[in-house]
Amino acid sequence: MSIQAKPLHSVGVPMKRKEDPRFIQGKGHYVDDLSFPGMLYLSLVRSTYPHAEIRSIDITEALKVPGVKAVITGKDLEAAGLGWLPTFHGFDKQMVLAIGKVLFQYQEVAAVFAETRAAAVDGAEAVQVDYAPLPVVADPFTSKADKVLLRPDRESKTNRIFHWEVGDKDGAERALASSARRIKQRVWFQRCHPAPLEPCGCVAYFDTMGRLQFHVTSQAPHVYRTALALVTGIAEDKIHVISPDLGGGFGNKVPVYPGYVCAIVGALKIGRPVKWIETRTENLTSTGFARDYHMDVEIGATADGRVTALRVATTADHGAFDAAADPSRYPAGIFGIVTGSYDFPVAYAEVDAFFTNKAPGGIAYRCSFRVTEASYAIERGMDILADELGIDAAELRRKNFIRKDQFPYPSALGFTYDSGDYHKTLDVALERIGYDALLKEQAEKRARGELMGIGLSTFTEVVGAGPSKHFDILGIRMFDSAEIRIHPTGAGIVRTGTKSQGQGHETTWAQIVAEELGLDAGAIMVEEGDTDTAPYGLGTYASRSTPVAGAAITMAARRIREKARKIAAHLLEAGEADVEWTDYRFQVKGVPARSVTMKEVAFAAYTNMAQNEPGLEATYYYDPPNMTYPNGAYVAVVDVDRETGEVKVRRFVAVDDCGTVINPMIVEGQIHGGLTEGFAMAFIQEIQYDAEGNNLSTNFTDYLVPTSLETPHWETAGTVTPSPHHPMGAKGVGESPNVGSPAAFVNAVVDALSPLGVRHIDMPMTRDKVWRAIRDAESTKG
Amino acid sequence: MKVHVKVNGISYEREVEPRALLAYFLREDCGLTGTHVGCDTSSCGCCVVVMDGERAVKSCSMFAVQADGHEILTVEGLADGGRLHALQQGFWDQHGLQCGYCTPGMLLTSYALLRHNATPSEADIREGLAGNLCRCTGYQNIVKAVQQAAGALRESVGAS
Repeated sequence: MSIQAKPLHSVGVPMKRKEDPRFIQGKGHYVDDLSFPGMLYLSLVRSTYPHAEIRSIDITEALKVPGVKAVITGKDLEAAGLGWLPTFHGFDKQMVLAIGKVLFQYQEVAAVFAETRAAAVDGAEAVQVDYAPLPVVADPFTSKADKVLLRPDRESKTNRIFHWEVGDKDGAERALASSARRIKQRVWFQRCHPAPLEPCGCVAYFDTMGRLQFHVTSQAPHVYRTALALVTGIAEDKIHVISPDLGGGFGNKVPVYPGYVCAIVGALKIGRPVKWIETRTENLTSTGFARDYHMDVEIGATADGRVTALRVATTADHGAFDAAADPSRYPAGIFGIVTGSYDFPVAYAEVDAFFTNKAPGGIAYRCSFRVTEASYAIERGMDILADELGIDAAELRRKNFIRKDQFPYPSALGFTYDSGDYHKTLDVALERIGYDALLKEQAEKRARGELMGIGLSTFTEVVGAGPSKHFDILGIRMFDSAEIRIHPTGAGIVRTGTKSQGQGHETTWAQIVAEELGLDAGAIMVEEGDTDTAPYGLGTYASRSTPVAGAAITMAARRIREKARKIAAHLLEAGEADVEWTDYRFQVKGVPARSVTMKEVAFAAYTNMAQNEPGLEATYYYDPPNMTYPNGAYVAVVDVDRETGEVKVRRFVAVDDCGTVINPMIVEGQIHGGLTEGFAMAFIQEIQYDAEGNNLSTNFTDYLVPTSLETPHWETAGTVTPSPHHPMGAKGVGESPNVGSPAAFVNAVVDALSPLGVRHIDMPMTRDKVWRAIRDAESTKG
Repeated sequence: MKVHVKVNGISYEREVEPRALLAYFLREDCGLTGTHVGCDTSSCGCCVVVMDGERAVKSCSMFAVQADGHEILTVEGLADGGRLHALQQGFWDQHGLQCGYCTPGMLLTSYALLRHNATPSEADIREGLAGNLCRCTGYQNIVKAVQQAAGALRESVGAS
């Protein structure tokens, strides 16, 4: 089995993935595949009530279950100083196991350790908890009234977690008031869950040196190490975090969860390895959910469709603890990107977040911290404005796009967009879909009463956090790093602090090194996820791996090249200044016949280095000067069945501009996957709670993941506007399709229904909801 | 209870609890961790294996004792020595996987599908894989992978 790779021109090549041979042969290495002698299993007792006082916990019967070794409760942890766990952005803490009361259904109440998986579950069933139900707050609007105080443990006696704002409040108010036209719409981005197919889990044990060996499903292993050191008091050198193969993450595997802490405590207390693997139900009901933003969007415009102002007021439901995992100084993430691709002279955004009796979270699900919510708000808003003004949705966007010559563009909410050519990207998308012909077809269908919709989304994302002067997690600045070692034979290894969850880093990182050094990408090994070997990094989420770690790899490779130049000069018997790197080799300036390859230099670095320092390796810590701004133009075409409300996505064209493309096959795969998750949110996915706070979406029969049958066929294309500040010009892409597509779907369905007078439908646009919208509109029309 | 199951051509005789699921029997008693578990409701298909050469079964929905006396094929048994099965090659060539967690189930479901239909259309493949969830790929490349494999298997049958 050989990896198809070209030794030269590695970037831009659809190289087959180096990680795949192990996955297709069942040799992947996921956390639940690990087994250690004497390993115990942990099962958690979870609350059946959304809000209740715990009168008592009786573990007597559980301890009698054959195989059960120990049971711990919140009181035990509190006594050990481990009752609470800080949430990642540092504004709140979360109970590890419930202390005194429970705040959401399925909250962790007790931990049972047993010899087998089944015995642990039996033991958990046998724990008796006496609850006294308390009044439930099931939505942020009720929470706002502060009639029931959910978190008396906090200093501020209110359910409001924060008020955050950005922009010119008065200026936006004035501009809106004086605008010839304005629209206002409440849109809700419903509660979703990333639901990677591999649930979260870990194995913890203390080795013979007393060192914590912690194998865990983590997108950010180094941050876990530091967080564990801070929480448990174990010295950081005594903690080894290993994140093996991850079966997807999508943001779900960023936070530290109570089960992890319980596993470590169990391993310490009992002195044996402990494995905790959550069930799907536990995954959906207790680990980081996403979205749940209720957004009031207002846009002002001139009569001919020039936007004059944007104002967005958001009410956010954060659940029982504020575990949103946003960078410390950004409680509402990077929601300020809400001005999107448009040249707004003034804007203002505010977010008010509230506690409720629901699972904690608000994590960045395939999203650069609330960018998905922001993109959805502005792209829905622009369509509503187009409808209000009677201007074609594409035309309105064209009229208001930030122009190519305006980059670097300072947005009204404080971002400096790096590059883009929004007009061109939209043109490619419209051409590809055949926009004019579709408009004609739609007009004919409408005349016959048929419901056909065309939906656009021309979004701008913001990814790649740092810069570290703005972004940190628990105070740790958001840089990233890479270490490259080139071996004597010209093979090598690159290590980073990122962690692939399916994104194909083992291939992409090898291609970057190969491109920069003129080596064979097939012979560059990539290692991630081991805190003992990788340089410190912040991890993989928020589409930051290629923008930050990819840049670190490039810069480390260039450091190696500078060192290699000295050795090349020695080999070529030339002065260093006379040696140039050209066409993937060192040559004496103007004398192509006198050249050496990097492979030859690598050998010499260990065998014939003259006065130079032996070896060929480098480390680089990269602090990005700015974020990157991938963008895209998406077009969805739908047909809606008037009688049943069924929506058929007839076509979907996605044109992405993510700057320089390193592996087009992987980029396309990322786009397919992101579009599918966007499709899921648009049509079928929601974590639902009833008015009493009961979670109604506890498994894959209620929380739906699209199958091969419903998933549309995706048509992809790209434009390339390199990022001017990234050393390779790359911008990141994994999240763009998930960020950009929901609005395209909703805009298409609303467009289909617009002849009936429908102006908005909230996601998920289930058949039932679409049918009701049609029925209500028709009955209103009489 | 004692069960005797032939997995990938090798006989395993093990003492199991009556309630032990086949998925955990394969993973924990046979040490074949390529078969994954992704849900509690038989929805995801990560655990699909092939029984008696042609029937795709969700191993999380069968007790180990129900497999007593049967033959099971898991992802570990697909390749012929060092030679990848046409389906494995197809998934690799067509970028039919990302995180790899659903892949074993996808491969085994496709294996059974192709046993019953050597010339599946795209619709047949999408229908056949409807019991297997993938969160990463959007299925498009998985369909291409199965198409490639179907073509390769037809050719190899034609050549022999």
